[in-house]
Amino acid sequence: MSRDRGPDASAQEPAPDAVPAVDTRLLVREEGLKGYLTEFRRKMRSGELGSLPVVIAVIIIWTVFGSLDSTFLSAQNLSDLSQQIVGTGMIAVGIVFVLLLGEIDLSVGSVSGLCAALFAVLNVLNGMNEWLALLVALAGGAAVGLIHGFFFAKVGVPAFVVTLAGNLAWNGLMLQVLGTSGTVNIPGESIVSKLYSTIFHSPAAAYVTAAVGVGLFLAASLLDARRRRAARVPFRPVAEIVLRTVVIAAIAFAAAYILNQYRGLPLALLIFLILLVVLDFVLRRTTYGRQIFAVGGNIEGARRAGISVPFIRMTVFMVAGTMAAAGGIFLAGQIQSASQTSGGGNLLMNVIAAAVIGGTSLFGGRGSVWSALLGALVIGSIQSGMNIMGVSNAVQFMITGSVLLAAVVVDSLSRRTQKAAGRA
Amino acid sequence: MPETPVLTLRGISKRFGAVQALSGFDLEVHSGEVVALVGDNGAGKSTAVKAIAGVNPPDEGVIEWEGRPVSINRPHDAQNLGIATVYQDLALCDNLDVVANLFLGRELRRFGVLDEVRMDKRSRQLLDTLSIRIPSVRIPVASLSGGQRQTVAIARSLIGEPKVVILDEPTAALGVEQTAEVLDLVERLRDRGLGTILISHNMVDVMAVADRIAVMRLGRNNGFFDKRATTTEEIISAITGATESAVTRRQARKREEER
Ligand SMILES: Nc1ncnc2c1ncn2[C@@H]1O[C@H](COP(=O)(O)OP(=O)(O)O)[C@@H](O)[C@H]1O
Ligand SMILES: [Mg+2]
Repeated sequence: MSRDRGPDASAQEPAPDAVPAVDTRLLVREEGLKGYLTEFRRKMRSGELGSLPVVIAVIIIWTVFGSLDSTFLSAQNLSDLSQQIVGTGMIAVGIVFVLLLGEIDLSVGSVSGLCAALFAVLNVLNGMNEWLALLVALAGGAAVGLIHGFFFAKVGVPAFVVTLAGNLAWNGLMLQVLGTSGTVNIPGESIVSKLYSTIFHSPAAAYVTAAVGVGLFLAASLLDARRRRAARVPFRPVAEIVLRTVVIAAIAFAAAYILNQYRGLPLALLIFLILLVVLDFVLRRTTYGRQIFAVGGNIEGARRAGISVPFIRMTVFMVAGTMAAAGGIFLAGQIQSASQTSGGGNLLMNVIAAAVIGGTSLFGGRGSVWSALLGALVIGSIQSGMNIMGVSNAVQFMITGSVLLAAVVVDSLSRRTQKAAGRA
Repeated sequence: MPETPVLTLRGISKRFGAVQALSGFDLEVHSGEVVALVGDNGAGKSTAVKAIAGVNPPDEGVIEWEGRPVSINRPHDAQNLGIATVYQDLALCDNLDVVANLFLGRELRRFGVLDEVRMDKRSRQLLDTLSIRIPSVRIPVASLSGGQRQTVAIARSLIGEPKVVILDEPTAALGVEQTAEVLDLVERLRDRGLGTILISHNMVDVMAVADRIAVMRLGRNNGFFDKRATTTEEIISAITGATESAVTRRQARKREEER
């Protein structure tokens, strides 16, 4: 068979046998520190900023408030902060899932209030078993998410409209559930109060938690490197793994030390951290998580790859609803009541801001559940700092709004850079 | 023809409302052969591809796979037979890396968890055997060039070990060098014994890699040409209709006689 080509084409192409069997440019990256820098520069240039901006933001915020008022960086204030961010952070985790699809859920504030009210009315007013009531509240959040998901994925109503309608409707249902009582106080010995307020006073608790976390990270990294090496694919050198582990250990043990300086490890923080590890695993290491990213990246591509887009959409809204319920429970435990104002105010604004500030893109397909923690930390730090300084609510709103705008600008710019790099 | 074609279409017709997009369309694809499908805009090339890929099943006609009649009603049916389609818009997920895109929808797992190591390894092997050059299998597809994205999309279609690959306008959006890269890859598909259907507007590309050329005009066949025994001019006149009457009438007559 003749393999001649037109004159135009053959001039541009090397003869087939001139192509080396293994192309050297296929190597993942140079090993060692130099390769690390190259990779870092490539990421910066193509706009994959990840969590870098938010880490810088936390450092700036802590430095500024710390220098303005020394109580800000006190063990007590930082311990309180670690507990206060849990409610917002949990709801923000659900927002991260929805943002990964490139969608938005404007109902999570109302849903969190509704589920807290559900628990309070069932358990406190009607004497239902507290675990059962907790389960019903969480299942209620999931059911609400399923309803949103159905109208979005099956009926085709834009998600922001469905959840905007939901925001009002679920708020109405909450008022209905609370009925004439208006406010239901949750006793201090209730499971919901304890979930929030329990603190492991023994210093060992915080240190053991830090050690277990660091140990798991190190073991997983080493095992992964060993499998990769055996399979002859690029792997992280031991030196790099040790370096990463040292950084993580420094942060974990510093946090444990600070917590122990005050009262110890809050249960709420521990639950939040475990949840983040589990959901991060789901997003990055399971087929389901991969499918979420795929739908967020290219709906048509996901569909052609055989992914059920409606299933992903509905389950993601269920995750958002469930996380809103969980966050609502922690917020109710914090103030030990469910009232007509639960889930209202600037909660919705704060959780969306937390997810975006934490580095999850509004445009879908890029992000991580850790942005919920980092973003909630930024929002929480600003509020805590300004409360210490005695700044009025009016100014706090304006500053939080500006920070959100800054985060969205960073996100938009990085997306533009990525697009430009993609066309290169 | 010496051996049974891997894929045969006979008398395929498809109607969209008032438009008869395909009528009595025939096509044969052998293993280790590149068949170019050419024709003007609206000639029915994409409709033919969608019939094979199960996206838009035909109204009439027979599709044979390795000599046996089959019905392809869903994309899944086509995939199960061993037909892979690379659409013009590629449908890659820009935010995912090359490995994730290659294995999207058929991820390898180990204890229920994504087996990144094995997917990584198989991706490298596949890209190596196809001599596809990309900076890394672990960077998001967004940072690849157009030609690299096209080669990744083609490589992805090979993960399921198909026997026939359909490429819809793979070089339409590419520069000269990237086009050459993709055409190289098409040749390597042939060397691996795959049957390839290449849709293209570019006669230079078609003459560079195709073994046979099937011309379509107004939803019908308008001649089959052996690359070795034809010229670009001859094909262009078949596309534009200058040779329409002679060729199609002769074919129609022959088909009637065969029956
Ligand atoms: N889904 C559809 N609905 C209605 N008409 C269609 C549809 N798909 C294709 N057609 C018509 O069928 C004819 C063939 O189109 P197509 O197969 O896309 O041609 P080509 O790919 O060769 O440019 C055109 O006239 C087009 O308008
Ligand atoms: Mg077309």
